[in-house]
Amino acid sequence: MSTELPETPKRAPSSQQGQSVAVAENPSAIGGTVSISIDGQALKVPLGTTILDAARRIGITIPTLCHHPDLCVAGVCRICSVEVEGQRTLQAACAYPVTSPIKVLTHTRKVRMARRHIVDLLLSDHYGHCYACGRNNNCELQALAKEYGVDFFRFGHPEKPMHEIDLSSYSVVRDNNKCVLCRRCVRTCIDVQDVGTIEVLGRGRTSHVATFLDKPLGSVVCINCGQCINRCPTGALRANDPTDEVWEAIHDPKKHVVIQTAPSPRAAIGECFGQPAGTALTFELNTALRMCGFDQVFDTNFSADLTIMEEGTELLLRLKKALADGEPAAFPQFTSCSPGWVKYLEHFYPEYIPNLSTAKSPQQMFGAVIKTYYAQKQGIDPRDIVTVALMPCSAKKFECNRPEMDDSGYKDVDYGLTTRELAKMISETGIDLPRLAKSDFDAPFGTATGSGVIFGATGGVMEAALRTVIELVVGVKVEDLFEHADIKPVRGFEGVKYAELPIPKVGPVPALLAPLFPSWDFLKGAILKVAVAHGTANAKAVMEDIKRGGPFSQCHFIEFMGCPGGCLGGGGQPIPTSPEIRKARAGAIYAEDSAYAVRKSHENPDVLKIYDEFLTEGPCGHRSHKLLHTHYTERGRYIE
Amino acid sequence: MLMTERDRLAQEIRTLAARLGRNRTSLIPILLEIKRKYHTIDSYAMQVIADLLGIHPVEVNSVVSFYAFLGDRRQGRFVIRLCRTISCDMQGKSRVKRQLENDLGIGFGETTPDGKFTLEYANCMGMCDQGPALLVNDRIYTRVTPEKVHEILEECRRVFGVHAAETKEVVFK
Amino acid sequence: MSSLPTYTEQIPEAGLRAAMGMDRPGIISAIGASGLKGRGGAGFPTGVKWNFAAAAQADQKFVICNADEGEPGTFKDRVILQEHADLVFEGMTIAGKAIGAHEGILFLRGEYAYLRGHLEAALAGRRDRNLLGRGILGSNLDFDIRIFMGAGAYICGEETALIEALEGFRGEPRNRPPFPVNTGFMGRPSIVNNVETLAWAACILGNGPEWFRSHGTEKSTGRKIFSVSGDCARPGVYEFPMGLTVAELLREVGGEDAKAAQIGGAAGQCVPAKDFKRSIAFEDIPTGGSVIVLGPQRDMLDVLHNFLEFFVDESCGQCAPCRLGTTKLLEGLDMLRKGTCSMAYLKELCSLGETMQVASKCGLGQSSPNAFLSVVANFREELMGRIPTHA
Repeated sequence: MSTELPETPKRAPSSQQGQSVAVAENPSAIGGTVSISIDGQALKVPLGTTILDAARRIGITIPTLCHHPDLCVAGVCRICSVEVEGQRTLQAACAYPVTSPIKVLTHTRKVRMARRHIVDLLLSDHYGHCYACGRNNNCELQALAKEYGVDFFRFGHPEKPMHEIDLSSYSVVRDNNKCVLCRRCVRTCIDVQDVGTIEVLGRGRTSHVATFLDKPLGSVVCINCGQCINRCPTGALRANDPTDEVWEAIHDPKKHVVIQTAPSPRAAIGECFGQPAGTALTFELNTALRMCGFDQVFDTNFSADLTIMEEGTELLLRLKKALADGEPAAFPQFTSCSPGWVKYLEHFYPEYIPNLSTAKSPQQMFGAVIKTYYAQKQGIDPRDIVTVALMPCSAKKFECNRPEMDDSGYKDVDYGLTTRELAKMISETGIDLPRLAKSDFDAPFGTATGSGVIFGATGGVMEAALRTVIELVVGVKVEDLFEHADIKPVRGFEGVKYAELPIPKVGPVPALLAPLFPSWDFLKGAILKVAVAHGTANAKAVMEDIKRGGPFSQCHFIEFMGCPGGCLGGGGQPIPTSPEIRKARAGAIYAEDSAYAVRKSHENPDVLKIYDEFLTEGPCGHRSHKLLHTHYTERGRYIE
Repeated sequence: MLMTERDRLAQEIRTLAARLGRNRTSLIPILLEIKRKYHTIDSYAMQVIADLLGIHPVEVNSVVSFYAFLGDRRQGRFVIRLCRTISCDMQGKSRVKRQLENDLGIGFGETTPDGKFTLEYANCMGMCDQGPALLVNDRIYTRVTPEKVHEILEECRRVFGVHAAETKEVVFK
Repeated sequence: MSSLPTYTEQIPEAGLRAAMGMDRPGIISAIGASGLKGRGGAGFPTGVKWNFAAAAQADQKFVICNADEGEPGTFKDRVILQEHADLVFEGMTIAGKAIGAHEGILFLRGEYAYLRGHLEAALAGRRDRNLLGRGILGSNLDFDIRIFMGAGAYICGEETALIEALEGFRGEPRNRPPFPVNTGFMGRPSIVNNVETLAWAACILGNGPEWFRSHGTEKSTGRKIFSVSGDCARPGVYEFPMGLTVAELLREVGGEDAKAAQIGGAAGQCVPAKDFKRSIAFEDIPTGGSVIVLGPQRDMLDVLHNFLEFFVDESCGQCAPCRLGTTKLLEGLDMLRKGTCSMAYLKELCSLGETMQVASKCGLGQSSPNAFLSVVANFREELMGRIPTHA
């Protein structure tokens, strides 16, 4: 008999997908809630709530390790074990959905012993010393050891490293000696990002987190997004840290060290200094960076605005080609700001490289501009300039090391620093960042717009692009269409967003674009269709739809960000990152946008000036092409 | 058209997937077939399988590395699995082990240089009342004594002789 | 070797034909009334399991036969499959009717690949005789069975790990709840029953629950197939009523002089001679059928070492207590062998063992320290202060 099988679950093992008892959507319905008693406190929770969530509601702390708010349930570390009345064995609070009334005890003798044993066991397989670890004071295992009063290694402690440290990647360093096999990285890589770089190999005592065939990370399919780093509870995963080199450059009197700071780290770095999430320290940071010894502090927003001009013009050129000239053009155009996404596309959808905007990311545009335009203007030999980029991102480290990123004649960006690494540098100087006086960015890239700022949040690039297209093409003020120029349909953390912008009329072509477009008539009556996706699992869903010829294939422009939430949730951001923290950071970013006087990229006076003084052929002109645009590599999925 | 070994392997996997189903539930059946035929599941095979089933190669690798009968290491034409669990242990498994090592000149976990024999341990294979037991591929031998080891190996070699003429082992890298 | 009297007395297809004349609740209540409990070792009441799955609403349900018999010292399922495969398939078909499933899957362990041809032939024969397929025996029951080969992992005997393997994943046990009866194979309600359980279910339908209850104890009804190995005169497969004492069993198999009996396999407990009057039943010493007789000359440390190596090798490695705990216990045994283990550390290890029993994710992890704890409790003087024989 051929009974058709239901569709196979493709993602992580179903055991890792958590309880399939869905939390009741309507708790007020009859049977929608269930009563539970935890340590004698009674409460009612929606059916299917886990013991852990129920306990948190009433302020009872149950320790966790393999649990993470972004990830499906695993229930593998067992540290959250609790006693459920009537059950012989302890139950994992994170994985136990409450479907009938139960009584739970969270700190009986059995529970305490079990937790202590589990911590002791993990320590017996965890090589290294806390004081010589990047996660010192921000380590979940260390915290548990303290919480459970570990004062000696009950079951021993490794004296020698058991694994080689994998330093092969520009972005991510893997040190399995510190791995506790919580599998948060695996669930991140496979479920959240759908990249599938790492999984558990082996069984039992030999099981370990590994790449395909245990190859070095640098030689397998990895997009360097660093989301695994952000979810690692210990120091087993970290970013490739260039702070020593940066310090050396700063201390070298011959070197002119400039740093550009991206909006997302500025909205998050406060978290490393005890500030609540969502505290933007943009201008305090400028002061701190000068105190650290950076010669100039620039705002990446400048090159974000430049990106909008270049990428937006590219889009209009494609539209002209298709609509006015009747020639084939690759649609939808994809954004190229996120190096994680770019590498994802190069690996998984190389046939779509023509769709990828050739515009470089803001980081790389800035590097190229600094070592040419800025060097000329200041009369500094570009070989003495060291460009550092503060980014929320580990993939930016890979990006700046791409061999083609030397259009200035030098390595355009020398070092990519993550938020965490810069926080460490600042701590080393003893600077108390949150209490510093504010100061501005340096000229000539000191004026920023709100459009540049929102690049940090998912939908931000699209919003910035739309603001500019509406004004330059339709010829109306954005504010006339969207209250306060907030284009809400592309905001928010929904995995995939879609919006349409009808162009009922067109305005005059602005002078900057006049050489390229005699008129906008070809756009009259068109409906601009755009979409936004963040996190590569969502990107995959959109790409598969495009391959099928689905609705997203009809889009003109799609913003893709490699990380969930966009840059503000990047792999270089402070640990922990959770849905609430991402929300708070987004709040800080949108607040900063609102506060700017200039909020549209095409109105940025510094941008207009560079087109006037340096990139004189305008956006997508010859010099722009040389310095601000790039090409991509078909990498494919197969490796040797 | 000239087919490379790789093309042939990929074609074979496609045929298998078409027969067994192109979804993840077919993963282990496909892997077992490939292992049985090629005595290894190499990097390329894993990637082709992953592609066909819509999963990541590392997930295939993960499954391969979990199961004792899979594994990416190349094995010999005959895989000898000696039961090392308690009942067989109590009935003299150690001496059988020693004799196997002596007669083949390899240790457990190794394959003879000619690629004919692989020695492995297995956990309880359900012949506890007739131990020591060993499996040669799918064939079970019970009450094995050190003297019988030679006989078993000779039997394998005879089979190998016949097959050697008709099946040229496909080697792919 | 024992004959399996009640099995051979069984009239072919009597159970299936009886089931055809019954409605679904009728079948389940017959199984429930018999008191049949899972013969794989866990002893969950079969009727309750079937009832849960029958009550679950779903577009598809599955009957899965767990033939991943891997517990050290267990081989009765192999014999049942060799000699009474039809009875097992009959039990699966009955279960299919009872819970409303149309597909049965026999998960056969890789080590039993040589049985596959025989089993496929049995299935083909049943299809020819209209005992499988569409409209079984003229009824409206559609049910068929396929064989899925395991790939060598003891842990797949755990029902949720088995389902993971069926779905193409690593055989790592799932969190429970939800249980397979609600969310099993492909997220559909599934019952996973041991080979022997299904065979008995067919017999119970054929002979009535009272026939089954006439043997065994109140809490452990019926008879049970045992796999006996080790230091005894007549190792093999035996059928005994539940509730017989260890001493009675040893007398039957010629192992009266044993100093201990390991009952329930590596995951079971080591019963010392002084406790041989205890009975083998779910309420006293539970077992999936494995009895390993340990003669007077056996070194308990060697035995235990073998068990712990087994667990270290077969732990799936997913949860911390089992992955690391089994390793620590094995290291402790090595210390005992070398005579370097302090009493304090042995105590610590026993305490760890207790944690593993309650904090591990699945039944394997929870039972992996059983042998260690029972040997340490009963043979401590044999373990301490060893002078290493070979350094």
